[in-house]
Amino acid sequence: MSDLEKFRLETRAWLEANCPPEMRRPMTSEADTFWGGRNAKFSSEPQRVWFERMRDKGWTVPHWPKEYGGGGLDAEQAKIVRQEMAAIGARQPLVSFGISMLGPALLKYGTDAQKKEHLPKITAGLIRWCQGYSEPNAGSDLASLQTRAESDGDDYVINGQKIWTSYANYADWIFCLVRTDPTAKKHDGISFILFDMTSKGVSTKPILLISGYSPFCETFFDNVRVPKSHVVGTVNRGWDVAKYLLQHERAMISGMGERGVGRPLGQVAADSIGSDEQGRLEDAMLRGQIATFEIDEAALAAAAERAVDLAKAGQAHPAFSSAMKYYGTELNKRRHEILMSAGGVDALEWESERSKGGARPRAWLRTKANSIEGGTSEVMLGIVAKRILDLPGA
Amino acid sequence: MALVLNEEQSMLRDSARGLISDKAPVSHLRQLRDAKDATGFSRELWKAFAEMGFSGLLVPENFGGSGLGCVEAGIVMEEIGRTLMPSPFLSTAVLAASALSRGGSGAQKSQYLPKISDGSLLAALAIDEGAKHRPLQTRLQAVRSGNGFRLSGDKAFVVDGHVADLLIVAARSAGKAGEREGLTLFLVDPKTKGIATERTAMVDSHNAARIVFDNVEVNADGVLGEVDQGYGLLDGVLNIGRGAVASEMVGLSEEVFGRTVTYLKERKQFGKLIGEFQALQHRAAQLYIEIEITRAAVLKALQTLDGDFANAAAAVAVAKARAGATATQAVQEGVQMHGGMGMTDQFDIGFFMKRARVCQELFGDANFHADQLARMKSY
Ligand SMILES: Cc1cc2nc3c(=O)[nH]c(=O)nc-3n(C[C@H](O)[C@H](O)[C@H](O)COP(=O)(O)OP(=O)(O)OC[C@H]3O[C@@H](n4cnc5c(N)ncnc54)[C@H](O)[C@@H]3O)c2cc1C
Repeated sequence: MSDLEKFRLETRAWLEANCPPEMRRPMTSEADTFWGGRNAKFSSEPQRVWFERMRDKGWTVPHWPKEYGGGGLDAEQAKIVRQEMAAIGARQPLVSFGISMLGPALLKYGTDAQKKEHLPKITAGLIRWCQGYSEPNAGSDLASLQTRAESDGDDYVINGQKIWTSYANYADWIFCLVRTDPTAKKHDGISFILFDMTSKGVSTKPILLISGYSPFCETFFDNVRVPKSHVVGTVNRGWDVAKYLLQHERAMISGMGERGVGRPLGQVAADSIGSDEQGRLEDAMLRGQIATFEIDEAALAAAAERAVDLAKAGQAHPAFSSAMKYYGTELNKRRHEILMSAGGVDALEWESERSKGGARPRAWLRTKANSIEGGTSEVMLGIVAKRILDLPGA
Repeated sequence: MALVLNEEQSMLRDSARGLISDKAPVSHLRQLRDAKDATGFSRELWKAFAEMGFSGLLVPENFGGSGLGCVEAGIVMEEIGRTLMPSPFLSTAVLAASALSRGGSGAQKSQYLPKISDGSLLAALAIDEGAKHRPLQTRLQAVRSGNGFRLSGDKAFVVDGHVADLLIVAARSAGKAGEREGLTLFLVDPKTKGIATERTAMVDSHNAARIVFDNVEVNADGVLGEVDQGYGLLDGVLNIGRGAVASEMVGLSEEVFGRTVTYLKERKQFGKLIGEFQALQHRAAQLYIEIEITRAAVLKALQTLDGDFANAAAAVAVAKARAGATATQAVQEGVQMHGGMGMTDQFDIGFFMKRARVCQELFGDANFHADQLARMKSY
């Protein structure tokens, strides 16, 4: 038996022994996700047990180095862990912007001190991060951001406003893009900086979404003092860090559809609509839509697997995450349109006990943001056209 | 297994691409078409294929082949798709070689496989009877007679049926159309009395035939696999064929897309390169993404056929359905973005459009495979 096969069997056995049955069921609401942080609370005992066991094994982030609380696994082993978790429907023990966004950027651009300070707290779920990129007048055109950081001795003094900051009201720290040189060309005067959300001068104000949830905030900075040592990468070269982080954010968002997988769509539809004598869904058009969707979903899963393998083989295009982000998010929107259609009138309930507080329509509405957050579909297509296909024009 | 080609596979691709792009660019197909060539492909090129070992790719080593797998067959098919080279590779090297090596008796294998491998025997698979691919609907009758059978009925869309030295015929020896039980595969010499073959000139200038069987006698030793239990073998062989055609469509899609992107960078209107228009950029980007995702799905299916044959049906359905839809999109956008030029016969782009339509029908279109998948998943 090869080492990898052995590793697979060990992984399977360990997951079998350690993943509580409750953590192998599809998530039903936002509370099923554990985000960590200073004020984190577990919504259930199995959620706590599962998180702690995975943390102790280093598997909140299996492929990060052991010294930062990761599992120290190579790409091949990490793939096996993902596959074996998926095989039993195991939930992510910890979801965090620290893992999916900041961590990769720190590993590449951070100083030793920054890595030692922040990475172990991310893997252990101690600090919850938020992303301060967008501003009222800098969305798709992110580089036009205006939040100012002015030098004052060993500190920067930050003033300005961010918007759409997901979970800013729950976050402990923020990774933030600020303008450190207002005279430079727009991409050349930006820095990437980290600071504590409890710093004096930081305030947040929630924004209510169409789903009825309010995971976003406007975030205001009023003379916030941040030590200069908190800049990641080179001062005024923050755009490089920002773009690198965005690649990871996009890869993460493109995988969101897979994470939400619950019961097979065909079964969900059959339960509410019914089947004919031959076992075919009563609604032939919907049956066709589901089958076509499942074909595209299976193909996307193969493409995601291939993207990892290409990266390992050194053959990946750095902008490919934009391609995956585009397709994954459009597909996830399709999934939820089908779920709504399959649910019919039942899927329209908003507040009843039976509907778990309108979980389905709220999730449907939430997916509409997938093709906006982290860069819109149009922006993704623009990146593919220019950076991969090399089409002309700015 | 990693979803990328390994070193040997990349080498195979390079050598196939070298030969095919050199000896059979699209102009090769155009010449054959314009000359109304009776064979419809170049026998000389087929010989070159045999010398490179391509015709024996799927033939086991002890029968003179190289005993490689579906991934390798797909690699060659993809290169064929790039130049639309007409060739008996699919009918003979992929379908017949798989049918014989998976279902043949020792005697059948030693009689035919070495000849497939050395390029001296051409074979064709005769399944479809109606307008759409419905293997379970096989009606061509096999009636027991003496120690053998008599075949009566019609087959359509028999790829390379007009030049085949051997036909592999799906027939109904029991039961009725629609049933899995009662199908038998036969090896039939096309020169047998009672067989009438009509070459059908197809839209894509490739070859197919209509074949009529009128009380055609076949000996018991012409049965391939088991009597009445031929569906399993047939379905397995078809899945290999579907994977192969999906690969051809990936090659075709990528080639037509490449030509389109090049055109976007050359053609000027309104004082700009048309590739500067965002409406076209976005459509090009969408198509690129579709092709990349399809490529992954097809490779996944081919790897599954090689690694876990019994469970490959779903991956194959995904691959064939995706490839059909993607190729259709690629050729439609290809013609559209070439504007009026795309509509001219002088330009190659129309050849891709025609071939894509044929590949879409071959062994089940995207709807057929979506339906298959829904059945597999019981909804
Ligand atoms: C759920 C959600 C979570 C988010 N989380 C965060 C977060 O945590 N932190 C953070 O900093 N930001 C976050 N964002 C903000 C997000 O990154 C921006 O909303 C996004 O980049 C789009 O910017 P915008 O909303 O200003 O739209 P605009 O840029 O105003 O775009 C409006 C429309 O115009 C189109 N458009 C714009 N430019 C072009 C162009 N060049 N070509 C073609 N079309 C174009 C867009 O595609 C879009 O359809 C979040 C957004 C959402 C919805």
